[in-house]
Amino acid sequence: MNNGIAGDYQTKQSLETFSFLPKFTAEDVQKQVAYIVANGWAPSIEHEHPSNAMDHYWTMWKLPLFGETNIATVLNELEACRRAYPDHHIRLIGYDAYTQSQGSCFVVYAG
Amino acid sequence: MAKKYDAGVKEYRDLYWAPDYVPLDTDLLACFKVTGQPGVPREEVAAAVAAESSTGTWSTVWSELLTDLEFYKGRSYRIEDVPGDPESFYTFIAYPIDLFEEGSVVNVLTSLVGNVFGFKALKHLRLEDIRFPMAFIKTCGGPPAGIQVERDRLNKYGRPMLGCTIKPKLGLSAKNYGRAVYECLRGGLDLTKDDENVNSQSFMRWRDRFEFVADAIDKAERETGERKGHYLNVTAATPEEMYKRAEFAKELNQPIIMHDFITGGFTANTGLANWCRDNGMLLHIHRAMHAVIDRHPKHGIHFRVLAKCLRLSGGDHLHTGTVVGKLEGDRASTLGFVDQLRESFIPEDRSRGVFFDQDWGSMPGVFAVASGGIHVWHMPALLNIFGDDSVLQFGGGTQGHPWGNAAGAAANRVALEACVKARNEGRELEREARDILTEAAQHSPELALAMETWKEIKFEFETVDKLDVA
Repeated sequence: MNNGIAGDYQTKQSLETFSFLPKFTAEDVQKQVAYIVANGWAPSIEHEHPSNAMDHYWTMWKLPLFGETNIATVLNELEACRRAYPDHHIRLIGYDAYTQSQGSCFVVYAG
Repeated sequence: MAKKYDAGVKEYRDLYWAPDYVPLDTDLLACFKVTGQPGVPREEVAAAVAAESSTGTWSTVWSELLTDLEFYKGRSYRIEDVPGDPESFYTFIAYPIDLFEEGSVVNVLTSLVGNVFGFKALKHLRLEDIRFPMAFIKTCGGPPAGIQVERDRLNKYGRPMLGCTIKPKLGLSAKNYGRAVYECLRGGLDLTKDDENVNSQSFMRWRDRFEFVADAIDKAERETGERKGHYLNVTAATPEEMYKRAEFAKELNQPIIMHDFITGGFTANTGLANWCRDNGMLLHIHRAMHAVIDRHPKHGIHFRVLAKCLRLSGGDHLHTGTVVGKLEGDRASTLGFVDQLRESFIPEDRSRGVFFDQDWGSMPGVFAVASGGIHVWHMPALLNIFGDDSVLQFGGGTQGHPWGNAAGAAANRVALEACVKARNEGRELEREARDILTEAAQHSPELALAMETWKEIKFEFETVDKLDVA
């Protein structure tokens, strides 16, 4: 393992967007939820065991929170998912119905 | 009553200047910047352009009377001054859709930028814009996958993708080349790229390159847990050879190949795009030779036309330039044709060089690729300018890092993610650029070193900062 030796770059297991930044604080997560909601996207939570992290489909935590604009509700659902699956990766998606894509997607908790 | 044949030379404007004409929704419309020879009236020159790019020739011929030229002819229907240029003027020409073969941008260009560009009555001629009618667009295949499908295949959301052209562009062996690819991808880039002139030279034959690159991608994906790709350039001397290389890329389970659409030509490009669509392959498009055609302000074809033609011909990525470090006018103009690649409807906007409303209907979008001379200090401006649906490619800005490609890649990835996070939080990227990057560098020695390495370019960066405020 790298002990901070300059020039020795160790390959990281990473989980796409935001995985090269320090672990998000509660406030960081709250701001990204606010961004999703402000764009009119549908917040959605998914979780999966780390051994299946590269699968396209992770398991959905309930249905996407269509029409949800209350940031606290989204954060509470994230916490509930984490309590139920403490050893899973948990990601938050903002579904953009116009582009039929995900306007945002990042792993909130790494399992 | 049947017309009589009247041999001889007529003035073009008698038949091809039609200021009262109201263009049809199905007409293909073009705007040319015209610089005529001194003394020739504008209407006559404009009509000549319409005639020579559609049905006309210099002399009346008897066989014209066997058809209905009123139905087929192009018409110059408007003339406008060019602001600040008394020598030139714009003319707008409407072409009936039946002049063009379905699904063929080749046919459109052969007519519109064919013989007319050598016409003696003109000093210069520039095709500024084309409005493609929906009836024509629906006959074209367009991007093999499009932005949305590519994001889903590669699992990249909520940010631009990061790429890098492998250097030195010529002379590496296949195995050493694959090493450079692996180092970039393991460090955090999503994609790497063959340089445009990497085809299949003696120092590195295509088949060897493809195999070592496939190995590099496989290892990087296993180690990082992220999806990776490398644009395998299949541009070759013949279409047959291109398909052979494309088939091998598919055999190796590669996600994306690459083509140079101007030097290769639109026929080759459209065929390759169709192959990609049929085979689940993404297609990256380089634009070598474009500046020969699009750089002169009075002669040639503006790049927005070439970009539109590429979207119709087919490609999932297209190089657009980087804007940063250039003039503000370039920024507006670039944004104008970046919209043409990605949006479904773009309204006329002269401040961006967009001469017509353009409706793309359901045609998929093309990622804008910003590549060349960019580094971490440019990241905030690049994200602001190009938004999420882009590929930001740092060649020297990755491989020039003092600790090598992987550390350079990580520096870029950290910088990009810090900028995306900041933007989403509502911060002003270009104004707060230094703070955002400095904060991010506190957790990334790779980024800190990259910022130190390229700090002398800081001044240029601050100039860009000013432009954004204007």
